[in-house]
Amino acid sequence: MKKRSLIPILYIAFLLLPIYWLVAMSFKTTNEILSGFSLFPQTFTLENYRVIFTDPTWYWGYINSIIYVSMNTVISVSVALPAAYAFSRYRFLGDKQLFFWLLTNRMAPAAVFALPFFQLYSSVGLFDTHLAVALAHCLFNIPLAVWILEGFMGGIPKELDETAYVDGYSFPRFFATIFLPTIKAGVGVAAFFCFMFSWVELLLAKTLTAVAAKPIAATMTKTASSAGYELGLLAAAGTLTIIPGAIVIYFVRNYIAKGFALGRV
Amino acid sequence: MKTENQRAWFFVLPVLALVAFNALIPIMTVVNYSVQETFGNNVFFWQGLDWFEQILRSERFHAALGRQFLFTFLILIIEVPLGIIVALSMPRQGMWVPVCLVTMALPMLIPWNVVGSMWNIFTLPNIGLLGYFLNDVVGLNYDMTQQPISAWVTIVVMDVWHWTSLVVLLSYAGLVSIPDAYYQAAKIDGASPWKVFRYIQLPKMKTVLTIAVLLRFMDSFNIYTEPFVLTGGGPGNSTTLLSIDLVKIALGQFDLGPAAAMSLIYFAITLLVSWLFYTLMTKDDAQ
Repeated sequence: MKKRSLIPILYIAFLLLPIYWLVAMSFKTTNEILSGFSLFPQTFTLENYRVIFTDPTWYWGYINSIIYVSMNTVISVSVALPAAYAFSRYRFLGDKQLFFWLLTNRMAPAAVFALPFFQLYSSVGLFDTHLAVALAHCLFNIPLAVWILEGFMGGIPKELDETAYVDGYSFPRFFATIFLPTIKAGVGVAAFFCFMFSWVELLLAKTLTAVAAKPIAATMTKTASSAGYELGLLAAAGTLTIIPGAIVIYFVRNYIAKGFALGRV
Repeated sequence: MKTENQRAWFFVLPVLALVAFNALIPIMTVVNYSVQETFGNNVFFWQGLDWFEQILRSERFHAALGRQFLFTFLILIIEVPLGIIVALSMPRQGMWVPVCLVTMALPMLIPWNVVGSMWNIFTLPNIGLLGYFLNDVVGLNYDMTQQPISAWVTIVVMDVWHWTSLVVLLSYAGLVSIPDAYYQAAKIDGASPWKVFRYIQLPKMKTVLTIAVLLRFMDSFNIYTEPFVLTGGGPGNSTTLLSIDLVKIALGQFDLGPAAAMSLIYFAITLLVSWLFYTLMTKDDAQ
């Protein structure tokens, strides 16, 4: 083993320690947690998980989160594709300004938008729907998707487009059958980032929902404050929030490795 | 070269419509609040720029802004070099690559409030793994609910844990895009590892690093959920960053006017600094 592989190993160990602790906690009883330190669960219990899987307020939190995150990913990537194409291939009036303005929306603190968002989505009758959260998350995910896709598209030579037109392809056919497969790694990476930022965001998701579309994260904060100090239950719920993310990275892992390699040369 | 084509606007239109709906209407609402005073019942009085003046002069705002800049500064000087170092020492191919990428991306996919709770559980004195280790094994007196220093170290380490992987993944993407021929040429020229880094790897990583630095700046400057869940801004006000203070004013005290004015000042600062970063880091591309 080479000496320099020590750095990634140490780094990964650092990343995994708090995660290990969360998972270990989730298998402990609340009594054991509060009674003192133990590296491994002494009385291994699945009670915390049983509570989550049998209580609809808990498991619906997960379903709600997954619904709005998926909606957001689809919306963001599909509208970002043509826009990124325009930015990477054409010059047009105000293109640079527009691109920068899009990025500025990632800079707005979510705290600034919480109250106005609540009023806006209430007034259009979308409050407490999955669509409201999905649309609200577009604020920061669309600019990011445009940015990532534009980078990937910039790495594709323009000759590809020109050859296709010479061969008699129409634009939609070229885009769907030649261009999209060429940048599919970029699409994978963009979708991954959209999923990620929508999944982890809490402030807006919590503000825009009450009961019907309440995200898991909101269920957790409510439990944390109302049910006293149920650390085990909280740890189990936290552990379960890691799983969808882990599955998504697992599926795009080759896209990410290959995809990052292909973009931005 | 790009071709001039005004019809490209049609491609941008859907993005424009969606983002404008989400950005312009709320920001106008905020502007509206920022120049008025209300005592509830939807009755508003014209206030002009008083709130802005009041915020800009207030000690409390200066303190929160100072803490915010300190936090963001620490984050950038730790995470960017660390991310580059980890990316440089990662394997380029083989079975370990996907393993590395997946485990490194893991912290970024955990909801932010869970990150806060997780670090809370992790650092509890005598119960949490880190808290137990520092207090009972090393013998330090570590308790982040009592000491500002402990609280600061904890929120910074938490953010390093949470976000360094973003820098790693982006830098790594830049690194694997370098063709082997470059390294061979460098070997023939007898270039030192430092020279290889300085003249081959760093320039190739420049675009992705610009993205990484900008994203880390924006997100660490706007951070709210994780430190709020972890420390609640305490002990005292020692970890009350700008967002936490803003939410305290807006929702805690329900002072909509000052909160709105503060939001706009906050936004303007973020915008200005991001713009500076962006211009400085892309300066060479324009030439």
